[in-house]
Amino acid sequence: MKKNQSWIDQRFPLSKVWNEHLAEYYTPRNFNFWYFFGGLAILMLGMQLLTGIFLTMHYKPDSAQAFASVEYIMRDVEWGWLMRYLHSTGASAFFVVIYLHMYRALLYGSYKGPRELLWILGMVLYIALMAEAFFGYVLPWGQMSFWGAQVIISLFGSVPVIGPDLLVWLLGDYAVGDAALNRFFSLHVIALPLILVVLVFLHLVALHHVGSNNPDGIEIKENKDKDGIPKDGIPFHPYFTIKDSMVVVGFLWILCAVIFYAPALNGYFLEHANFVEANPLKTPEHIAPLWYLTPFYSVLRAIPPLFGSQFPGVLAMGAALLIFFALPWLDRSPVKSIRYRSPIYKWALGAFVISFIMLGWLGVQPVTPLNALLARIFTALYFAFFILMPWYTSIGKTKEVPTRVTE
Amino acid sequence: MSEQTIDLKKRRFLTNATGVVGAVGVGFVAWPFLSTWKPSAKTKAAGAPVDVDISKLESGQLVRVLWRKKPVWIFKRDENALDALNSKDLISRLDDPSGTGNSKNQQPDYVTPNYRSIENKESVAVIVGVCTHLGCSPTYRPEPGASDLGGDSWQGGFYCPCHGSKFDLAGRVYAGVPAPTNLVIPPYQYVTDSLIRIGIDQKNT
Repeated sequence: MKKNQSWIDQRFPLSKVWNEHLAEYYTPRNFNFWYFFGGLAILMLGMQLLTGIFLTMHYKPDSAQAFASVEYIMRDVEWGWLMRYLHSTGASAFFVVIYLHMYRALLYGSYKGPRELLWILGMVLYIALMAEAFFGYVLPWGQMSFWGAQVIISLFGSVPVIGPDLLVWLLGDYAVGDAALNRFFSLHVIALPLILVVLVFLHLVALHHVGSNNPDGIEIKENKDKDGIPKDGIPFHPYFTIKDSMVVVGFLWILCAVIFYAPALNGYFLEHANFVEANPLKTPEHIAPLWYLTPFYSVLRAIPPLFGSQFPGVLAMGAALLIFFALPWLDRSPVKSIRYRSPIYKWALGAFVISFIMLGWLGVQPVTPLNALLARIFTALYFAFFILMPWYTSIGKTKEVPTRVTE
Repeated sequence: MSEQTIDLKKRRFLTNATGVVGAVGVGFVAWPFLSTWKPSAKTKAAGAPVDVDISKLESGQLVRVLWRKKPVWIFKRDENALDALNSKDLISRLDDPSGTGNSKNQQPDYVTPNYRSIENKESVAVIVGVCTHLGCSPTYRPEPGASDLGGDSWQGGFYCPCHGSKFDLAGRVYAGVPAPTNLVIPPYQYVTDSLIRIGIDQKNT
């Protein structure tokens, strides 16, 4: 065994990589519940890749056959229903995990220096994942697939001057149809998964370079023993590999309960109208994107047309997403973790979380004058969280940060 | 030769020149890849005109046909509906009733004002059923006074279920809704009194 290992190590840095990233990678010992979700996100990526490969073996990316081929997977392919529901419900579970993962970063200031690039890579991943999810939702070619694609692609048509030509170029046709379905399939099964895997790799490289943050928001590398090992760190393997495998068991238990008993989650994970084949003559009575995109959709709807153009709303929606990138530089607080932040920051974060959830909820509701007003109020609150951040993070009394992790 | 020193200025120039030439090369190579996304020759050829027989079209009835893969509505308006399109009350609530502002390019120049249909055939409207906001197909709601659409102030028209835009029975957009312009009137002509051809302009008579 030893002999084989050294044979490999002379030709490939196996022991080196193992030690640097697992057995001798020191992780803060005070990780809590919020630190489950990075690992779970990797689990979900793996599951989506695996089930996706098997779905692709039976699916037909052709506007005349796509809907029927999904029904064929559901009814005639052995265990096809499981592959499909693991994938479709898995997409929503992926976003649940990602949103909790991102919220953790907000709670403990994980985006603050020296982790700015880690945060930015994560945000690029998030946007790539939204694109991946959108393209995937078009593939079953149901009513929501079709009209969702119509609405999202029309956003590009509102760009001044080049919009109409851009729209035709993106669709490869004058309307959503077979050409669009085919290219969305290619992007969904090849281009974006490759990009996602590469980005996850880079995200992990950046993480292992700077080391994990922790609920106290202090750098464990600043306190090392005589061997150069952080006093508050424990090796990732076996401590967190064992702990995370327990988390995986618990998570899969909940996920399977949803998949077996409520795979569509009453229209939130798979919308009812998507069980009807795409009909370009008739828009469903009520259309909304899936829940994980609705906060941004609400921002889009909240902005009225200006100068005879929908473009300002599209810009606002883009800004709602891109402003996350600036977070490391907007936050002027001397402390990272919520545990030592000033009360005013806790209020601001609370208001942000409420507006994000409310915008998400409003995004699945029909438009009424009251809903439109609420969407405008919460859009304003959403942006205020970011724009006022340099001000409210520099005032208010923060608590003293300990030198060693607590607990 | 041992006397030779490294000419850093020359090296930098050559590096930059190689970089620029390489970037131009990448641009040239990208072009065919990006061009594959344009509508194919087959797609372009599929935009032929569509004929619709309206001899059995009842007053108030709406039929939908696909033209260039977009839904087109052909529907018949009765006298009351046509009168309503001229009412000051309605016009005051529209964004661009005359089609000369934001909606300047939304109709061919041969349609009549207010009715937005071909002269002497005012009752029959031909409209592309695609919301000018984000491309949904609005719902036909011809009944005046519909309680969910504003009651007495609603004089019949179209309601977009996606984002709540409202249009009148000539496809003109209400003010203060998400849609920025009136619905599009496609080029069309009467081949005979009961046959409409969508996609070809009316001949000047």
